[in-house]
Amino acid sequence: MESKILIVILGASLVNYIPRMLPVVFLSKIRIPGALSQWLDFVPAAVLAALVAQEVFMPGGGLDLSLANKNLLAALPTFAAAILTRSLALTLLAGIASAAALHYFLGL
Amino acid sequence: MDKNKAKNTQSQFTTGIKDALPVVLGYLPLGVAFGVLARSYGVSTGQVAALSILMYSGSGQFIAIGLLKAGLAPLEIITSIFLVNLRYLLLSASIAPFFRKIPSPYLAAAAHGITDETYAVALGRFRNTEATLPYTAGLFTTAYLSWVSGTVLGAAVGNLAGDTARFGLDFALTAMFISLLVMQLNSRPVLMAAVVSGVLSVIIREYLHSGWNVVAATVMAATLGVIFSRWKAKYL
Repeated sequence: MESKILIVILGASLVNYIPRMLPVVFLSKIRIPGALSQWLDFVPAAVLAALVAQEVFMPGGGLDLSLANKNLLAALPTFAAAILTRSLALTLLAGIASAAALHYFLGL
Repeated sequence: MDKNKAKNTQSQFTTGIKDALPVVLGYLPLGVAFGVLARSYGVSTGQVAALSILMYSGSGQFIAIGLLKAGLAPLEIITSIFLVNLRYLLLSASIAPFFRKIPSPYLAAAAHGITDETYAVALGRFRNTEATLPYTAGLFTTAYLSWVSGTVLGAAVGNLAGDTARFGLDFALTAMFISLLVMQLNSRPVLMAAVVSGVLSVIIREYLHSGWNVVAATVMAATLGVIFSRWKAKYL
């Protein structure tokens, strides 16, 4: 576990730094081709949707579409807050409050 | 002359710090939430500090601990984070033209400070005034320090918090993903790609039992998105 975390920390740091650094330092030498830049436009939404779906529909590792799935229930007000406020802080607050309320009142 | 220049440098640095304050207000609570959650997942305070100092990415760090807890292999986790944060390539490329006058070694260091939030603040400022190194240093360093100290503080008090479910903190990661996702949904093709990606992610994980679900779903959905956009531009 220890060495696994270390590998993740170092590897993830590298893949975070390189995409930040290359364009600002070498922009004159790099031109992102049109098709790649169009593809990159889709990546953030696609990857976040893949993560959200995994967290919301399979919180315990397996598919759970029941009303006992706390993440599924908490996701509804959280999505509403995100769409209405477009604010990270307020959405986070709505999500945390919903999850805490479901835990407190329903024991989920 | 030199005195004036020094004064100017100082005032630009101070302006950068002031501009960072709204970012700090977001980073401190989010950082504390990250620290507390990471501790409850068995990540040590030192590892939290290392993550924040070296990786410095809210979304990336939440994904790292979430996928570690889910039991994914390091390469699967690193590739997932790489894909999530490929958007830094776009942020960096779009801010680069403003930095032409700043020498490369400084830029190589400043690049580490680019986040969704500092990028947005800096770009807002650079539309009206020239981008300078002191301003950028003030803005980026302040935001960076607030994130690192917020997460370490959260990790340090994490043990006292006990069961994170009591405070709904176990849902903080998902809530953050939802918020970032909704902010990305700015066109029909992107919305379509997101829905496809979500469905594929669940199907691959549930039926193929693969930890590559996030990566595979993303690559397929983004490719479909490009094909759909091009088809739409041509025929509709």
